Amino acid sequence: MTVDETIRQVLAEHGRLAVPVDSLGDDTDLFGAGMTSHASVNVMLALEDAFDFEFSEKMLKKSTFESIGAIRTGVLEMTGG
Amino acid sequence: MTASNVKPMTRAGEVASRMAAIADEVAGPAADDVDAAARFPTETIDALKAEGLLAALVPIEFGGGGASLEEVSRGLVALGRRCASSAMVVAMHHIQVACLVRHGRNEVLQAYLQELAEHQYLLASATTEVGTGGDVRSSICALEVTDGRFRVEKQAPVISYADDADAVLVTARRTADSPESDQVIVLCRPPGLELEQVGEWNALGFRGTCSTGFILRATGDAGEVLDEPYADISTRTMLPMAHLLWSSVWLGIASDAVDLARRFVQSEARRKPGTMPPAALRLADVTVVHQQFVDMVQSSLARYAAAGTDADRLSSIGFGVGMNALKVSSSTLVVDIVRECMLICGLASYRLDTPYSLGRHLRDAMGAALMVNNDRIMANNAQMLLVLRGE
Repeated sequence: MTVDETIRQVLAEHGRLAVPVDSLGDDTDLFGAGMTSHASVNVMLALEDAFDFEFSEKMLKKSTFESIGAIRTGVLEMTGG
Repeated sequence: MTASNVKPMTRAGEVASRMAAIADEVAGPAADDVDAAARFPTETIDALKAEGLLAALVPIEFGGGGASLEEVSRGLVALGRRCASSAMVVAMHHIQVACLVRHGRNEVLQAYLQELAEHQYLLASATTEVGTGGDVRSSICALEVTDGRFRVEKQAPVISYADDADAVLVTARRTADSPESDQVIVLCRPPGLELEQVGEWNALGFRGTCSTGFILRATGDAGEVLDEPYADISTRTMLPMAHLLWSSVWLGIASDAVDLARRFVQSEARRKPGTMPPAALRLADVTVVHQQFVDMVQSSLARYAAAGTDADRLSSIGFGVGMNALKVSSSTLVVDIVRECMLICGLASYRLDTPYSLGRHLRDAMGAALMVNNDRIMANNAQMLLVLRGE
């Protein structure tokens, strides 16, 4: 799976979104799409498991998880990809 | 509005001392009646309005007092000592004011802030909703905005002192199509505000807050919707402010209980000079705990002040965990301290007709853990701790 496919799969399983993941664009606001702050914690945990890394303290903020694009940037930054 | 409605304004530096004076002169003498009748503390709120104290947190350039949160906190401790219901009303009001000050950026809301300072409006809050199970971060009701006007109807299980407030800040879904978590907060006020009371408020404590349920229907200018998402306003302002100012009120209750306990022990000591009163050691113990409480509130105020308006810092997990910990600690400590003080004063505190009676203190204190239930707050912290880094 590509990075994007993995992110979308994690969001589908843990994001508790009000819309199908397939309908999300790269910049769609995930919180606007119904992801709660609780769900974002689960998304984060699942991402860390899927990509085998830990987000740094400074990345633990809402903006890191606000869109698929933002998540990809964070994941690539932390995994050196 | 006529010029005669314009109130003199107490400025920063004098806010805490004026609140303390009103606590002693007005709130204290009325407290038993407010409690017995479960009525709104009209005389106290009127006294605060007469000195411009409802706009203490409004910046001076908007006609307010320009006071710091720390100063308002000290004023609330003083008020909480005399009448916890009055103090809780004032705390809840200031939390709403702070949301407008920090997040009400558009012209409509900035003009309202000036009006609030000028006429000393009292703000209430409608964040909970029937059907959401107490989760204030989700809404069922939704805003409908057409032609620059909003419309909302909300079944609110609690709107404290709504009948005596001049406006209510209401959370709702952004649009009818928005998910439950995509919330905004909107200022609802007359003439577009209609409140239909549901039920009565006959509770163990905080009886003067008049926290009845309402069906709220409101219309107004779409400019009265705060621009930022409620999720951000809640994280950065409403939640930390609530925990800081509620804790100040509870510290007031605990402080008065410790004062009474100390006076009780001193009166025992006077009766038999040279003999240590039996409860003196327990007084020393409770004074240690009380000091922890004082220092915790002060350090939390300092932490919030240091974060300023830095969105990343205010929305960091460590900051959120810390503010939740403050609420859980202070709501637990207030009960512990009042109970210890009852052991010190003995039956004199259990009776309702002595100068050492702690009945109202105990009843009010028991509400602290329930208003936003500590179990819910601990569940939030448990969730956040799954991802907190130890740096």
